[in-house]
Amino acid sequence: MNWLRTSSFVSISTVLAFTAVIWYAAAVYLNSAVLIDKYERHKVEWDFSKLVDDSWSMDRPIMPAPHQIIFDLNKSIFKQKISSKRSLIYHGWVTISSTMVGFAMGGILGILLAVGIVHVPTLNKSVLPWIIASQTIPILAIAPMIIVGLGAIGVTGLLPKAIISAYLCFFPIAIGMVKGLRSPDPIHLDLMKTYNASKSQNFWKLRWPASTPFLFASFKVSIAISLVGAIVGELPAGARAGLGARLLTGSYYGQTIQIWSALIVASVLAATLVFLMTLLEKGVQKRMGVRL
Amino acid sequence: MKNYIILNWIFCIGFLVQLIFSRVWMSHGSSTILFAFQPLLASFLVIYRPTVIKAMSGKILISLLILSGCIASLNSVHSAETGALSWGIWLYVVTLVGLLWQLMGFWSQIENLLNKNVAVAINLMVPVLFGGMLLYLWEMLTVGFDVPQVLLPPPTMIGMAFVNSLEMLWADFQQTFLKAVLAGFILGCGSGFIVAVMVDKIPFLQRGLLPLGNLASALPIVGVAPIMVMWFGFDWQSKAAVVMIMTFFPMLVNTLTGLKSTGQIELDLMHSYAADYWQMLIKVRLPNSLPFIFNALKINSTLALIGAIVAEFFGTPIVGMGFRISTEIGRMNVDVVWATIAVAALSGSFFYALLAFLERQFTGWHPSFRVG
Repeated sequence: MNWLRTSSFVSISTVLAFTAVIWYAAAVYLNSAVLIDKYERHKVEWDFSKLVDDSWSMDRPIMPAPHQIIFDLNKSIFKQKISSKRSLIYHGWVTISSTMVGFAMGGILGILLAVGIVHVPTLNKSVLPWIIASQTIPILAIAPMIIVGLGAIGVTGLLPKAIISAYLCFFPIAIGMVKGLRSPDPIHLDLMKTYNASKSQNFWKLRWPASTPFLFASFKVSIAISLVGAIVGELPAGARAGLGARLLTGSYYGQTIQIWSALIVASVLAATLVFLMTLLEKGVQKRMGVRL
Repeated sequence: MKNYIILNWIFCIGFLVQLIFSRVWMSHGSSTILFAFQPLLASFLVIYRPTVIKAMSGKILISLLILSGCIASLNSVHSAETGALSWGIWLYVVTLVGLLWQLMGFWSQIENLLNKNVAVAINLMVPVLFGGMLLYLWEMLTVGFDVPQVLLPPPTMIGMAFVNSLEMLWADFQQTFLKAVLAGFILGCGSGFIVAVMVDKIPFLQRGLLPLGNLASALPIVGVAPIMVMWFGFDWQSKAAVVMIMTFFPMLVNTLTGLKSTGQIELDLMHSYAADYWQMLIKVRLPNSLPFIFNALKINSTLALIGAIVAEFFGTPIVGMGFRISTEIGRMNVDVVWATIAVAALSGSFFYALLAFLERQFTGWHPSFRVG
């Protein structure tokens, strides 16, 4: 029976099952106050089992039970046409597309900046401290301003959200790439020198390949925050589509189940994106001859 | 090799061209002309007396001369009527930025020759110069090209808004930072730490929680904000709850990794001293995990501020930084919004700097702080 205690699958599912039990209990506990109040106003007879039943099937619960969320997910993903405004696939797609555009923009910007910092000493001294300092600034606070500001000059839709995502994800990429491009040992740089390698050969044949592990580590971090940026970008100025808009309308109309299912979809998206990035990393490493 | 000589020649020629063909921008008072001529002097100095940049006093002199050029062009751009600016000023500004760039190069080359304190000062000075250059360009371009204020107000306007609404900004700061962020930060980091120490004792839970914790730090946790607002009401408690959830997982994962990072040799040594679990934890394993814990604290300091501000987008009493941003943007008072963002940026940076300072104090023994 030793494998039972050492398998991480068993551990993870135990923790998950435990979470589900707590969740159901919390749903009863949190919803009971409203329900008991309602029973007493309508003078309905109630006992504990009725309370439990009702608290797991409320229309607008304070805390929805997991199966309610799953039903709602099923309803809004599989039972709707993809183009419908009620389909979470449609909203997820809106968010994902600005996430990807923002990630591409931020990635290119971050890499270019890192290349500049590594090769130009003045840039290194002057810009790098600002990049590090800007990580301490709550960038998301600027989100509404970018949306409204760009909206005022007629740029709306995908681009402003993508800019927020790009802004969020270029920092980790720039920092990671600077580290990565500087990671080759002096011994390797010396070897390149004995080959009389030019600056560009040095870059493409040594620095760039050496930086790929760092690049992918930063990619994984930044694609996750790129999604956060896209979601937060949908909050202000009343975006009509996207997971952030679902969160906002859910919170306006007290539709807790809708909030939770948007949240679940966002989490699944984030996990999928990071997972895809890991797959890509493994593929690239394999092609580069890394033994896994 | 002598790139900077070429740069200075470009400035001299650009200066002459704008002086002969477009004198208009300098005519805003005689002091403008006087100040605008100073960088030309600096250029001649660099071209004909290249040794001047080797000496400290020479560098300071050149910096001051170039600075006066910035002042002249700022003065001119502010006193001109809109649309009355000539193209000459932009030629001047472009070449002046070239000089500024070269100046940063001069300052960043010398640090090895000097003693440590001066080197630190110069390492600070180059980024400050760069930031100053950005602010200068920001002011010049927004005022000169009459950029709509909704898009980007000039820094001076933001400064004015900051000074004029100090009281309001202080109230927002109290609500968002002193109440929501600090309470949530302490609760989240504290509970993350305690759970990590408890989980560490049970390997079974550890294997279950670590992958989930890692996953959770990739999830868009900010999304729980509307739920928390619904549960805990509009006041700062709901924001503190969001901050707490956001900061919990990074702390949990980092502390767990830190507790595992102690080497077997150290543990064996403690074992040979007959140390019990608590002695081992407090004397060896916790000190060893401090670098990881501080890493989590630093990550969390940024997350906490973001969480509190975003949570305020979902409903607040009529005070708070997130509330200020979302309402003032609706009333198109962009300068107040930028002032609020400046407050957020400053408080975030100070929070981070404080944690970095504490890290330095507590983990000074760690190899990553070794110099040379």
